[in-house]
Amino acid sequence: MWNGDYLFLIRNLIEKDFKVRYRNMSLGVLWSLLNPLIMMGILTFIFTKIFAQPHDRNFPLSVLCGLVPLNFFTLAWMTGASSILDNASLIKRVPVPRHVFPIASVLSNCLHLLIQIALLLAIILVFGRGVNIHWLWLPLIWGLEILFVMGLALAFSAVNVYVRDTRYVIESTNTVLFWLVPVFYSFALIPMRFRGIYEINPVAALVLMMRNVLLEGHAPLGSTLVRLAIVSLVMFGSGWFVFRRLRDGFYARL
Amino acid sequence: MPIEFQNVSKWFPHSTGRQLLRTHIARWFVRVHNEPFCALRNVSFQLGHGESLALVGSNGAGKSTLLSLAAGLTPPDQGKVLVQGRIAALLELGSGFHPDLTGAENLVLNAALLGLSKRQTSQLFDRIVEFSGIGEFIDDPLRTYSSGMVMRLAFSVAIQCEPDILLIDEVLAVGDASFQEKSKDALKSFRRAGKSLLFVSHSAGAVREMCDRAIWIDHGSVMMDGPVSEVLDAYQGRAVMQQGQ
Repeated sequence: MWNGDYLFLIRNLIEKDFKVRYRNMSLGVLWSLLNPLIMMGILTFIFTKIFAQPHDRNFPLSVLCGLVPLNFFTLAWMTGASSILDNASLIKRVPVPRHVFPIASVLSNCLHLLIQIALLLAIILVFGRGVNIHWLWLPLIWGLEILFVMGLALAFSAVNVYVRDTRYVIESTNTVLFWLVPVFYSFALIPMRFRGIYEINPVAALVLMMRNVLLEGHAPLGSTLVRLAIVSLVMFGSGWFVFRRLRDGFYARL
Repeated sequence: MPIEFQNVSKWFPHSTGRQLLRTHIARWFVRVHNEPFCALRNVSFQLGHGESLALVGSNGAGKSTLLSLAAGLTPPDQGKVLVQGRIAALLELGSGFHPDLTGAENLVLNAALLGLSKRQTSQLFDRIVEFSGIGEFIDDPLRTYSSGMVMRLAFSVAIQCEPDILLIDEVLAVGDASFQEKSKDALKSFRRAGKSLLFVSHSAGAVREMCDRAIWIDHGSVMMDGPVSEVLDAYQGRAVMQQGQ
């Protein structure tokens, strides 16, 4: 029915998000950089001064490698999941394909992600080990992660229309994730019998691979990469499926 | 046929309830006998090229539901809705407009929502601004616009993006007299180009002027389909009769 220009539409929706978010902020994009830096400072202070643990001197960088993926994941999931409700007035009056909303919402979070990754890489260049050939893995790893989040956003944005409490489930899960994703501790500390919890968690896998590449300077483990790829593809597929099943009921429920 | 409805029926749940977890859980235990409400019942009609069709009927008769189905916003529960060509729907004033974006930014976003490409949008941009008569205000945020200006912008995008079918739900009344004249002229040349118009209005004058055919809908069923003056007379006659009782 709608035979328009998908790319142009998605680009416009992303631009809208970006402009609306930053137009009323005097510091604009700087806020995107400030938040992870403040968190990095706080966590470093707590875990090296107050609750001192044996740690390597890369601790702040290691924390940042955890914060950037976690921040992206929680924000993209949350805004993606509310994208259908937020665009209710469009869904009820404009015959555009519905799935553009969660997808554009995740992609507009990718814009912030790019800014934060640029910050992370800049810090690594100055204080860390500098560039190595394994940086080439980063686009693939992040691509898979984005696919995973898009799947989640599709599924949860559709379910959210039927069950408005969904946002509380997401909020709670995100709070738990801060502890279950190794942001302020390293994988080496996790006892063997609990590793399973981390291995199926795509955000934890992403953090692990970021540290592999950026701090340790070696390629991510093949098995972790394959697992992430499978989980991401399955999540995207099921998200798409759930969305298609529920989409026709949006109109009557918005 | 640009638009064809074949025995279309549409039901809506009386109340979908609040979409909360406890509502859904309660529904597993208590069977709610909630007869769905029939918004459209067995509606069939065709809209041809260059035709202009008005939908008349009292509030809640199903006119807006019919437009939503034609626009493809929701699928029919029974029957078929066939549409050929690109549709532009003006269903509510400024839907899809964001108050914090400027008029120009909203214009581009709206064109993208209607399905235009980047090239088509930049080609049409000046014509849309010119038609809307918004002039220098085009770079101001939309929240500073009056409702008439928002409507003019929305209407200008919809008419200038050259859709094959235009759906209009009671929005024309907002503009001032000179813009109303201008939009009526635009709609007339739109029809002369062989495009089709589906029009909902409570203003008998506008209906008579814009359309040559009308459908009268009551409680979701088509009561009458014919030349605009006959349908309007019958519809208004009934309204008068009801008042007399």
